[in-house]
Amino acid sequence: MATVTYAQASRHYPGTERPAVDKLDLEIRDGEFLVLVGPSGCGKSTSLRMLAGLEDVDNGAIYINDKDVTNLPPKSRDIAMVFQNYALYPHMTVYENMAFALKLRKTPKSEIDVRVKKAAQMLQLEDYLNRKPKALSGGQRQRVAMGRAIVREPQVFLMDEPLSNLDAKLRVQTRSQIASLQSQLGITTVYVTHDQIEAMTMGHRVAVLLDGVLQQCDTPRALYDTPANVFVAGFIGSPAMNIKTVALTDEGAIFGQMILPLSRDQIAKARAEGGDGKVTVGFRPEECELVSATEGGMPIVVDLVEDLGSGANVYGHAAINGDSERFVVATDRRTMPNLGDTVFVKPRTDHHHAFHATTGVRI
Amino acid sequence: MTAHAEAPAIPTATTPQRTAAGRVRKRLTSRWASAASLIIALLWTVPTFGLFISSIRPEDEIKSNGWWNFFAKPQFTLDNYQEVLFGTSSSSGRLAGFFINSLVITIPSVLFPLAFCALAAYALAWTKFRGRDWVYIGIFALQIVPLQMALVPLLQFFSSTFDLEGTASFAQVWFAHTAFAIPLGTFLLHNFMAELPGDVIEAARVDGAGHARIFRQVVLPLIVPALASFGIFQFLWVWNDLLVALVFSSGSDVRPLTVRLAELAGTRGNEWQRLTSGAFVSIVIPLIVFLSLQRFFVRGLLAGSVKG
Repeated sequence: MATVTYAQASRHYPGTERPAVDKLDLEIRDGEFLVLVGPSGCGKSTSLRMLAGLEDVDNGAIYINDKDVTNLPPKSRDIAMVFQNYALYPHMTVYENMAFALKLRKTPKSEIDVRVKKAAQMLQLEDYLNRKPKALSGGQRQRVAMGRAIVREPQVFLMDEPLSNLDAKLRVQTRSQIASLQSQLGITTVYVTHDQIEAMTMGHRVAVLLDGVLQQCDTPRALYDTPANVFVAGFIGSPAMNIKTVALTDEGAIFGQMILPLSRDQIAKARAEGGDGKVTVGFRPEECELVSATEGGMPIVVDLVEDLGSGANVYGHAAINGDSERFVVATDRRTMPNLGDTVFVKPRTDHHHAFHATTGVRI
Repeated sequence: MTAHAEAPAIPTATTPQRTAAGRVRKRLTSRWASAASLIIALLWTVPTFGLFISSIRPEDEIKSNGWWNFFAKPQFTLDNYQEVLFGTSSSSGRLAGFFINSLVITIPSVLFPLAFCALAAYALAWTKFRGRDWVYIGIFALQIVPLQMALVPLLQFFSSTFDLEGTASFAQVWFAHTAFAIPLGTFLLHNFMAELPGDVIEAARVDGAGHARIFRQVVLPLIVPALASFGIFQFLWVWNDLLVALVFSSGSDVRPLTVRLAELAGTRGNEWQRLTSGAFVSIVIPLIVFLSLQRFFVRGLLAGSVKG
């Protein structure tokens, strides 16, 4: 049971130009499941390792329960970590792997036994307690790594892409298991992933990082509905949002024949700070429709149709201001167009997002 | 990014390894390779076999004709062994006592370097301190210095600094062997240790282990193959060593087998029938060590070449 606070925490590797993690400010509530997500090299793993004590904090501080742990070694932080490659001790049995940390803490043997058995039961590992990690499948190893963290009953769980070595099906299954396990135990959890679907489905809140800088930290719904900037808008959601920088008039953004209306406030903001008569506008593939030619949609020529079974993704291009721009639309299978067709795309009313053309900030 | 996009990558990632390992195995188990290695093994064994046959022939036979005549006119005796091991006359081997000396010299001379090198390798591989890489390079570079060059300075060091001149003790020999073994041993064990997966060590740190415990409970069990192979190398080296023993062991009370064997040949030129049995006595222990630890030996040599 603990809160975690990053206060302007930075990590600058010697010999690199910009910090791997730059002045990270983040507050994680007691019992919360927070997901750090971002493309590779964005500093999400480094942030986690700073919290674990495996990486130095060059500037700022990290608190667990209002206690400054910035300069404490990992063992004094009362945290448990699940590694990407599981990092099981190859020479110990499953039981010994789970009991190792407890033994170091001089927990009485009887209690170790109770806790390990209980964790093994939760994770369906009872039959494997005497096996070595080598004799386990990937999914079982992953569960042992989880079990090693659970028996500790730590203040904070740290998980560094724990699902990335599992196959697709097992990943989906384990994803929900971890989420329900976490809510059952109620232990504050920080989870790192590069997969935005994992982030959206597991996290109470999701923190999106890019180039070591925190972009936005909010609930999955808020990230999806009101992305704070162009990067978050493009990163969250699959297929990715259609984001184009187009000309701006008093009525709104000009997409060829189609005009996406913007409020007076938005237009004023778009023109400020060197907007240069342009605005960046995005709309999600699943928040637009294919309409008939007369309803004021934007004409696109279909290049590719992905039939997903439950629906279809239509990829096409349109000429806007002389440039050919690509668009994606998620549509019903009944209205699936053919290759080479021209279809008319229209975002649902008030379901588009506007960003400043140069700063990328939401307006 | 999505789950289904990555699914096909998983089987392809593991297949090349399996085929590479499979190819090596296939090549090594082919009939011609087996035949060739069998022939080589036989050829290499012939001299040792001849030595053995000689050692069980009577003195007159050894001195008059070659060992292969044994098969035409077999004559069997253990007199040579009896004499080199337990003979009481001053001219006979009395190898039994020297045998013990060899053991007393060899065992600590293996254990000390193992302990020091493992500790040093751990420090150089898994702790962070200023100048770590330079220390490692320095130790590594010391391998260039031939030990013959260090003999005289080391001898001076013992006699002047520790005033050990003329005292018969094993300590000098242990010290010399340990010192000479450290550069190579540290290098070998460091390379092996550095290959251990870093996140296992980190997991141990997060689990609450300090360096001492990580070393004892995580690293040591994982480097047993490397320890064993370095141990065997060092054992064979020390057991067969003549030079260091001759220079640093003063007085016949502390001299090992090798020195005595050399004396047998040198001072008793007319009694060289003893050499064969003497040599065989000195082979016994290395053979036992090698055969009992060869499992580790092979694993240590192959370590790191094939992953998983």
